[in-house]
Amino acid sequence: MIALDAVTYTYPATAQPALREVSLSIPDGQFCAVIGANGAGKSTLCYALSGFIPHFFRGELSGRIRIDDVDTQAVSLAELVQRVGLVFQNPFNQMSGAKFTVREEVAFGLENLGVPRAEMQTRIARTLERVGIADLADRSPFALSGGQQQRVAIASMLAMDPRVLVLDEPTSQLDPIGAREVFETIRALIEERGTTVILAEHKLEWIAAFADRLVVLANGRIVMDSSPRQVLTAPELERYHIGAPRYVQAARAAREIGLWPADRDLPVTLDEATEGFSSSSSLNSTRLDLRNSRNSGN
Amino acid sequence: MDVRVRDLGYVYPTGVEALRGVTLDMASGEAVAIVGQNGAGKTTLVKHFVGLLRPTRGDVRIGDWDTRTKSVAQLAARVGYVFQNPDDQLFSRTVGQEIAFGPRNLGLGESEVRARVAAALETVGLADQVDRHPYDLMQTQRKFVALASVLALDTPVVVLDEPTTGQDAAGVERIGSIVERLQAQGKTVIAISHDIDFCAERFPRVVVMGQGRVLLDGAAGDVLARAEVLAQTYVEPPQLARLALRLGARRAPRNVVEFLQVVREEVPFT
Repeated sequence: MIALDAVTYTYPATAQPALREVSLSIPDGQFCAVIGANGAGKSTLCYALSGFIPHFFRGELSGRIRIDDVDTQAVSLAELVQRVGLVFQNPFNQMSGAKFTVREEVAFGLENLGVPRAEMQTRIARTLERVGIADLADRSPFALSGGQQQRVAIASMLAMDPRVLVLDEPTSQLDPIGAREVFETIRALIEERGTTVILAEHKLEWIAAFADRLVVLANGRIVMDSSPRQVLTAPELERYHIGAPRYVQAARAAREIGLWPADRDLPVTLDEATEGFSSSSSLNSTRLDLRNSRNSGN
Repeated sequence: MDVRVRDLGYVYPTGVEALRGVTLDMASGEAVAIVGQNGAGKTTLVKHFVGLLRPTRGDVRIGDWDTRTKSVAQLAARVGYVFQNPDDQLFSRTVGQEIAFGPRNLGLGESEVRARVAAALETVGLADQVDRHPYDLMQTQRKFVALASVLALDTPVVVLDEPTTGQDAAGVERIGSIVERLQAQGKTVIAISHDIDFCAERFPRVVVMGQGRVLLDGAAGDVLARAEVLAQTYVEPPQLARLALRLGARRAPRNVVEFLQVVREEVPFT
């Protein structure tokens, strides 16, 4: 379990807190997504959950952050990396800068953990395969595209097999199918290893399909915290400058002109939208109604 | 200004063949999105437009200029390029200086430079940040600074590399309206993007690249309906297009309004 208790944090040389009274408890094996407008505090929350606040970013912190029974302020960042891994928003910041190949880069964290060589090789091979970059193993991390670097950054963290994995927009530079695959990989990891995952993202479609829970941040505060379905179909989402998912937008617009039944839940996934729009009981009969009303001159 | 690419091939010094014969014409007033998997050659292609790379074979023309005969500095007057990573691009101590750098290099007078800086910052919504250090801003704001510095050059061709990365809904909306405005001004707007919903909504024409080649090139509604070709290069149709295709449509709707039309007109029901 990872828990924040009334966490307020202010970066050095800034006036306003980036997090305000944030309390959040995430049980083992949960996939918790975090959304919010830019500047709402998503990255700051990721830093707080992974110990980079207060160990790397100084500033002013109040409240408690615990991973299981460990207070993250009471132990060093080096001790924390065995419990929690952070995938940075910009993969370039993740690279050690000390390694000449992708394989060595992924090995870097494992070397620091003192993992035996044979096990290291197995883990690296498996992880590279898992994130789809086995063919890049001997390339330089700095001669890769942004999307490829992003996969290397994810692989570096997965290889360490942390109990808690924090990812800050890990798919921002990936091609569309690559982004979906990262979500699939994370979901599989949770099923296999019971990893706890916190992920800041803008890709609402994949959050709806894969996450267990969705937290909305606005101005450093948690303003919504529920199932992805509850959050993504809530009218107040707009208030926090987050556009509704495309399927929700389409069904809302369709509902206004009678192409989506008023009593049917709004769809947050492709399957739900397909089902809703193609169900004969809704669409076809509504079309008939429309035709009838047109014929009767209303 | 027209951008003409003829049978362009490029091999990196490492031996990686990134482009394998690309032919493409883009005209004034066109907004073109280039999509395709990581490593498909998209960024390699557009780096030729600004002279950062020189063709191994074939050629690129910007208006009447053959890029092989022009310097990077000369090409900068015709093609503005917003990098994928703003940190590759920003180097000044304040946002204002950063944006003034380009226009000043074009030899414009101070009052014109000031006017362009103000206008560009207004467009990207950072008018109140003119005296900030670029690195004190969030990454997404730095991307807007990089965009503003290119807008201030007022080039006839504008290239955007992954403009919506990390942006929230308001940021994506702002970038979309900037694209439409540039297009309305008669500029040639070319964007590389993985944000396929954004491409569908804002770019009438879509080019799909895979393994250094052009796989598809045409109207967004036609190109984005070709799910099987898109999948070859790790792209899926936009969300509403996937939905419409599943419902039996043949065109890819570009937005909610088109989706509802498609559902009404095209979807067959028995």
